[in-house]
Amino acid sequence: MTAAAATAATTAGRVVTRERVLGVGYIVIAILMVVFLGGGIAGEESKFGLNVGPRPVIPLPDLVVPAQLTVYLLAGICAFAGVVQLLRAGVRWWAVLLGIVAVCLVAAFLTWAAAGRSMSLVGLMSQTLQRSVPIAFGAFSGLLCERSGVVNIAIEGMLLCGAFAAAVAASIAGNVWVGIAAAIVVGGFLGLLLAVLAIRYFVDQIIAGTVINIGAAGLTAFLSSKVLVALPDLNNPPRFLPDKIPGLGDIPIVGPILFTNSLFVYAMFVLILVIHLALFYTRYGLRVRAVGEHPIAAETVGIDVVRTRYINVVLGGMMAGFGGAYFTLGSTGSFDKGMTAGKGFIGLAAMIFGGWTPIGAFFASLIFGFADALQNRLSILNVGIPSEVLLMVPYIVTIAVVAGLVGRVRMPAADGKPFRRE
Amino acid sequence: MSDERPKGPWEGGPDSTFAREIAAGDEALDRPHPTGPGGRRTIWPRIDLRAIGRGLVVPVLAIFTALVIGAFIIVLSDPAFWQELATDPLGAIATGIGNVFAAYGALITGSLGSPTEIVQAIGSGDSKAITMAFQPISETLLSATPLIFAGLAVALGFRAGLFNIGVEGQLYLGAIFAVYAGFAITGLPWFIHLPLAILAGMLGGAIWAFVPGFLKARTGAHEVIVTIMMNYISYQVVMLVLKTPGFQRPGRDDPISQNVLPSATLPPLIPDLRVHVGFFLALIAAAVVSWLLFRSTKGYEFRAVGLNPGAAKYAGMNIGRTTILAMVASGALAGLAGGVEMLGTQGNLTPGFSPGYGFDAIALALLGGSRPLGVVAAAILFGALRAGSTPMQAATGTPVDLVVVIQALVIMFVAAPALVRAIYRIKVGRTTGTEVFSKGWGA
Amino acid sequence: MRLELHGITKRFPGVVANEGVDLVVEPGQIHALLGENGAGKSTLMNVLYGLYRPDEGEIRLDGKVRTFRDPGDAIAAGIGMVHQHFMLVPVFTVTENIMLGVESTRGRTGFLDYKTARSRIVEVSERHGLHVDPDARVEDLPVGVRQRVEIIKTLYRKADVLILDEPTAVLTPQEDEELFEIMRSLARAGTSIIFITHKLNEVLEIADTITVLRRGKVVGSTRPADTNQGELAAMMVGRSIKLVVDKGPAAPTEPVLSISGLSVRDDRGHLAVDSLDLDVRAGEIVAVAGVQGNGQTELIEAITGLRAPLSGSVRIAGSEVRAAPRKVFEAGVAHVPEDRLEEGLIPGFTVAENLILNTYYLEPYAKGLRVQRDAIVATAGELVDQYDIRTPSMFNDVGNLSGGNQQKVIVAREFSRPIKLLVASQPTRGLDVGSIEYIHKRIVEKRDEGVAVLIASTELDEVLALGDRIAVMYQGRIVGILDPSEATPERLGLLMGGAQLADAIGVMPPAGPRPPDAGSAGVAPSAGGGAR
Repeated sequence: MTAAAATAATTAGRVVTRERVLGVGYIVIAILMVVFLGGGIAGEESKFGLNVGPRPVIPLPDLVVPAQLTVYLLAGICAFAGVVQLLRAGVRWWAVLLGIVAVCLVAAFLTWAAAGRSMSLVGLMSQTLQRSVPIAFGAFSGLLCERSGVVNIAIEGMLLCGAFAAAVAASIAGNVWVGIAAAIVVGGFLGLLLAVLAIRYFVDQIIAGTVINIGAAGLTAFLSSKVLVALPDLNNPPRFLPDKIPGLGDIPIVGPILFTNSLFVYAMFVLILVIHLALFYTRYGLRVRAVGEHPIAAETVGIDVVRTRYINVVLGGMMAGFGGAYFTLGSTGSFDKGMTAGKGFIGLAAMIFGGWTPIGAFFASLIFGFADALQNRLSILNVGIPSEVLLMVPYIVTIAVVAGLVGRVRMPAADGKPFRRE
Repeated sequence: MSDERPKGPWEGGPDSTFAREIAAGDEALDRPHPTGPGGRRTIWPRIDLRAIGRGLVVPVLAIFTALVIGAFIIVLSDPAFWQELATDPLGAIATGIGNVFAAYGALITGSLGSPTEIVQAIGSGDSKAITMAFQPISETLLSATPLIFAGLAVALGFRAGLFNIGVEGQLYLGAIFAVYAGFAITGLPWFIHLPLAILAGMLGGAIWAFVPGFLKARTGAHEVIVTIMMNYISYQVVMLVLKTPGFQRPGRDDPISQNVLPSATLPPLIPDLRVHVGFFLALIAAAVVSWLLFRSTKGYEFRAVGLNPGAAKYAGMNIGRTTILAMVASGALAGLAGGVEMLGTQGNLTPGFSPGYGFDAIALALLGGSRPLGVVAAAILFGALRAGSTPMQAATGTPVDLVVVIQALVIMFVAAPALVRAIYRIKVGRTTGTEVFSKGWGA
Repeated sequence: MRLELHGITKRFPGVVANEGVDLVVEPGQIHALLGENGAGKSTLMNVLYGLYRPDEGEIRLDGKVRTFRDPGDAIAAGIGMVHQHFMLVPVFTVTENIMLGVESTRGRTGFLDYKTARSRIVEVSERHGLHVDPDARVEDLPVGVRQRVEIIKTLYRKADVLILDEPTAVLTPQEDEELFEIMRSLARAGTSIIFITHKLNEVLEIADTITVLRRGKVVGSTRPADTNQGELAAMMVGRSIKLVVDKGPAAPTEPVLSISGLSVRDDRGHLAVDSLDLDVRAGEIVAVAGVQGNGQTELIEAITGLRAPLSGSVRIAGSEVRAAPRKVFEAGVAHVPEDRLEEGLIPGFTVAENLILNTYYLEPYAKGLRVQRDAIVATAGELVDQYDIRTPSMFNDVGNLSGGNQQKVIVAREFSRPIKLLVASQPTRGLDVGSIEYIHKRIVEKRDEGVAVLIASTELDEVLALGDRIAVMYQGRIVGILDPSEATPERLGLLMGGAQLADAIGVMPPAGPRPPDAGSAGVAPSAGGGAR
């Protein structure tokens, strides 16, 4: 058998075994749900708050459910999904079933965590969205670079520099917009540095990214210690406060989650749309994707591969710079050493998890943001699940995705490969 | 394709240019070659000082350039400089240069000590004064210890064509295992307990590195992504472990482990100085890695797979198994970095014990040309920077983070020799950049 | 459009790929460019397409001199090229691939106008009978259809000159016919077509004019009516260097390598070796001739354990070969691989280290984990002397040696072990004459020691010089086994081009009209058009 045939055979084999494994896995999950989540909460009620803020225009009653019954019900759905999967009701449905099981698992977990207590569901969702903002911007940054074939692991450094530049510039000018502009410029500059190293000097793209990450961490920490400590006025920027969109913001549940946010959240929604349209429906996007998939083919139809890559990497840097501004202008209001705390790498993971598409990356960011928000809530509720375990989950899921254990993502074919003419 | 391949940096320095010149006239070469049987006794290239000198040009210029840029950062980041510049430009520049010399001077005396003090101390014969005088060097070697292990871990991976960016995480796991073995096992004599604790550290790192190695060999998952994710998982594992009763120090609410028992503690090399036997172990590890890579059949396989997987397959090597083994060996070294840090320097585990050793390690492996001896030299240099940075901050108010910036610049210039050549207008060699490690993500 | 190339010269480091090439293509003409692998056909076309810049010479279109800085310029000038390796983005649809670079957009918004593009594609494809689904993903399409997409891509850009680089290399005979029909239709519509190939029958069937390239130079031009396959083969192959190998008659004994019913797939899953049978006996050299890509690579890989066969068996000295290269080596097989630098050697390793590439783990080179330096140095020193490897020292990086000396390192390594079977693929590719003769001599020595030898080569000179039996491989099968006494370059050329054995023998009997003078021109006197 040839390599290709062997691959085809193992792929086929893997699909079959994967279906079985998933099917059995769902049933096991259902059993675990009954035992561990449903076990100790007999007779208790879970209360989910649906209002946020002191005086909602349309107040909603809390959602109260019998905890154990709900968990059992959700477990039943999981078990059913497992049976469907095992009967191979359709290869096409496996992603849907996986989604259903994931939702049931999360819902059951929340029910268990809230048993005998009250948890603000809307608050959780709102926080999820907030926390996914820098991750999503990081993912968009990576996406723009990698769609053109340049690996960007410098997102973390770009976010950090964006955060720093935004804080200082906004403080000096006393204007948030100046801060945003400075963050974008600094991010774009780092993108240019990555592009020059990777494209002009053929430095290994991962090493180039690592250089930027280390340099950014060092430089911002240095300047923060030397300058910001001495001149605290430089680190006291105005902030973007949440703006409630009139009308929409008063809609129950949806309003507080989606329409009572700061600029960054709205910008994120706009960017999902803009990047999606630009990448998949415009001439620019078609060319970028061609360069990332098959640069030589792109060159033979007269596309300037090097220029396309430069443009995209700089755009990616600007995106990450913008996202970095969130940390200082949208969140805490001052710069702190290492404040991005790995969000750039999570953004990278979200990009991969989301299959190098803006919409996928956004939903992946939401999942990562949810894990973050949930562990925050649970540590307040003190439910006995270590928050560390929750925080690990997104990384484990990403590894599983990269290894092709759950589905298979497809990266741009020329991603990370230097391009040389002649 | 062939020009993208690394130029076989052998121990003894990249000899490419010299060898290339000779190869150019190769066809005309008619004299007998000096390699008859019984002639030379090694298959390792002879130590060619000219070649070593040539090999050092880029690293030395890289460090020099990084220091110069660092000097600019010191001057330009000083608010006083800008104020003075408006009124007295020349004075401002003079002050600036003075500040640079003060900062770098403090860096050097903080890492090497002051020669006069050393001479005086030895002259006085006062053992306490001598110890004091050598304290900066002790601190440098202490800082270099984990860096040597971590740098060796990355270098070993590079040799086998693997980019182990997960040394940081493997180091954490090594620390957890070593600390646990260090306090949980009681009643053993030191000559059993200490080696056991060190081995535990190696095991922790090895297990953590096995995962990306296995996934790469079996599914083609790119080790860079997997190891980055493993790093973040390891941080959470550390936090989790430090909250676990039995591991956490009794009576404490903050995340800190129990103390390593004296029987598992690495003793100081010299009484009253902090540098401990771990430094000695690091040198042994460098020798072992050197032996493994260049004197053993496994190392031959590692390097073959790293340089040319196609030829390795042709020669009947098992590429998957070699990849896993190299990753595990790299992880074991990373685990040693964490373990020795625990058993020698720190004595207990806290969440932020590593100031990014695993990332410095990438710089070290590049700077040292993935040669064990080069890694040791680079690690001592970085150790000196780290050890000197604290006195520098204390004496001149220049933040320690300057050292991190200098390190980043060093990696950049070493990774892009063309940049250095462009700055200094050196017309040597090719302009192709670094070895191509990353072959894209995923499959 | 009338295309003229004048005095095109293109040099690469160490090689002159094209030297003073002149070529004229009239409007509506199908102009075949014939030549062996490495004759410089693809380089010439890449020059024309703006991918390479010529060192000398000029390109004229309708009499006007043009320079192309990049393919964009060439495309704008009306030149279209279908590359041998398709330039299609696999994950894109047919429409996306075709419009890439010349996208239809809605006004100035930059938004793609798929509807317009699709309708234009349908129009172009229907005009020339090139049926294709504009919304299919290219990766889902068979090779023949992908080629159609490539052709539509050039027509969509209104190409007046169409270059087809080895278009039939990937097609089945039926698909060949379809392609020829398309070509004729395009030529009738006024498109000039440059058709690059090395298949003689195709040239005679389709071309209006034939130009033959050899070693970067034009050796002659002719028309199908004025020539025949034998003559073209002679022009293509030439007789520039006559390799002389001092070898006596073979004394074959029992078979060492027995292949029966072997089928192997290539990387793309296509059948590359198709139920092939072959025996190689101790003390003989079997040379496999054939145009590159007819399954030789896969055959050799299957024999040496690098590729698992689909069906059939390979037995070496009576025992079945498994897909484990190390087991094959240990069974006494020497393998000189096709690509020195990708497979045979590790650049970055020293000469000494490369000399033990597949024995490094065995005594005396290793004891347990320990590499035995003294033993390696002793062996390496001997081999460097014995095989006359020219290197400053055995500690030099093998990547810095000349090609000939690199190949000697492989030969030294493989020939110095006790072996029963020697398998060599392109053993002298890219080497100078001295090295070629040296390696040939060593191969014959091995034969005389009683080793069974299998050589795969695309070089006819080599095949003729070495083979005790010559097997011609075409599309995964052995289409004929010739005795050296009855093998001529012309005959081999015919078989390699897909002619039947009987035809080959019939057209050119051994005593046939061979040119009396084997001069450098190498063109048979009857090839009138060729002597310009």
